[in-house]
Amino acid sequence: MSIRLIWRKSLNVVMLSLTGVCALLTVSALFFILGYLIYNGGKDLSWNFFTHLPAPVGELGGGMANAIVGSLKLLLLAALFGVPIGLLGGVYLAEFGGRTIPFLVRYTADLLNGVPSIVIGIFAYALVVMPMHHFSTLAGGFALGIMVIPTVIRNTESFLRDVPRALREGSFALGANKWRMIATVVLPAASRGILTGVLLALARVAGETAPLLFTAFGNRYWSPGWMQPTSSLPVVIYTYATGPYEDWHRQAWAAGLVLLGLVLVTNILVRAFLARGTSYERT
Amino acid sequence: MLRRMRGADEIAHFITLLAAVTLLLITALLVYQLWVLSADARAKFGWSFFVTQTWDPVAGDFGALPFIYGTLVTSAVALVLAVPLGVGGAIFLAELAPPKLSSALTFVSDLLAAVPSVIYGLLGVFLLVPIMRTTIQPALKKTLGFLPLFQGPAYGIGFLTAGIVLAVMIVPFVLSVSREVLLAVARDQREAALALGATKWESTWKVVVPAARIGIFGSVFLALARALGETMAVTMVIGNNPKIAASLFSPGYSIAAVLANEFSEATGNLYLSALIELGLVLFLLTFVLNGLARLLILVTTARGSGVLPS
Repeated sequence: MSIRLIWRKSLNVVMLSLTGVCALLTVSALFFILGYLIYNGGKDLSWNFFTHLPAPVGELGGGMANAIVGSLKLLLLAALFGVPIGLLGGVYLAEFGGRTIPFLVRYTADLLNGVPSIVIGIFAYALVVMPMHHFSTLAGGFALGIMVIPTVIRNTESFLRDVPRALREGSFALGANKWRMIATVVLPAASRGILTGVLLALARVAGETAPLLFTAFGNRYWSPGWMQPTSSLPVVIYTYATGPYEDWHRQAWAAGLVLLGLVLVTNILVRAFLARGTSYERT
Repeated sequence: MLRRMRGADEIAHFITLLAAVTLLLITALLVYQLWVLSADARAKFGWSFFVTQTWDPVAGDFGALPFIYGTLVTSAVALVLAVPLGVGGAIFLAELAPPKLSSALTFVSDLLAAVPSVIYGLLGVFLLVPIMRTTIQPALKKTLGFLPLFQGPAYGIGFLTAGIVLAVMIVPFVLSVSREVLLAVARDQREAALALGATKWESTWKVVVPAARIGIFGSVFLALARALGETMAVTMVIGNNPKIAASLFSPGYSIAAVLANEFSEATGNLYLSALIELGLVLFLLTFVLNGLARLLILVTTARGSGVLPS
């Protein structure tokens, strides 16, 4: 073998192994993060964590029941606000749209999807907090809801488009009008995919901190109703991690583990079971 | 009867149209609010806002330069680290790995993209910052200390740490988009190169990657847009100090971080409007980058990359 050939063959092996190392490094980051959180947060997880309010500074114990409930309330609002708009908008794009408006809507959805979440927070602050003169669950839910819309609308559209033509024509042939065809044939046929998109969008905003900092703000206590500032898991993790107390840091790890666990479990279940058989693509 | 049915169709059309238009209205309102609410700062500082270094809420003197600098520097560090890693990984997944392994690894990478940014911040604060202070920064100072980039005291926090955290966060995006683009390159291209006697690496590096190059640029822009707007993880490790320094070890500040820290306590209209103008800047930056990225990715995947780039 000539020297040049040896050189080319060894370069081949070296570079190809390097790409393998790159892939391995990237992927191992997830296992490292998960392992490190379990190691640090696992020992501070107890029943109290889920059922108690935060203890006053200096006292040990206490939990994050208010933050967990706060996060759930925020997600509920986000779903109530964002999912209907996304769903109906998606139906419009796939079933009714002409030319100009769908193009604009698709473009805008992609644009909105790329807007940094902290800017969405400013928007919710201007629109909800400023007129009300105080932080509230409502404002936080509104901010998260806006972030849900682009994913749901694009996802719904693409799954509706995948429904075979024959199904629609069959439905028309039986005498159904358009909205009946959509409601009873096309939507059910695409429902798994649509649900996948909705759940993944909600899982994504569940971990969002930035848009909540000056909308839902934070709260050491229970937040009654929808008009008061509320605690939420991501914001508590941020506050506790950057706070000065040893005990707060331990709680932050535990809360981090809970949040990551929720997000990952949702993602895995949805992607592994619900998305099976659908050509789901992450946007 | 028929007319009633058609009427129902029209109502359905109208309701769904309303939902779609709501999205347009929300976005228009977002831009309008950012523009109107930053009017005070724009009127007072004009273009000098972008070149002024002082940030003094007490005196009412605001300049965006340190934040823009910090945002750009941390994102640049992130790209330098993440692009080789992401593209390398994508090459492995698209060209070498058996399909099953490839999709399993892509699945994990997608999960990594779903990890909330505050979690990265948490690990950054308690794990990375101490390691940077005690090990990595001293080592860099010893070996590369002659460069102005790696000088000054090792605090642990700062541009470099923020850039590293950002890099980990954007790798999955580079990886999965680049993989898609590489897979879109026609099989013939690879086989032709191999038939000419190229090694696997040569066919990948000299034929497949160039054919996919525009789409790979697209994935990089997409990742850059995310890095620019990333808030929590950066806020937690950058040091939150509005200064411009050549050294990557220096604590700094980013646009998103100053918004996260100061927005809820901003007193006075001018202060608030200066912060909102920063938000506007961030919005415009990501807007342009995202548009560009989508265009590039569309161009490569749409033409199937069957044609060799000229």
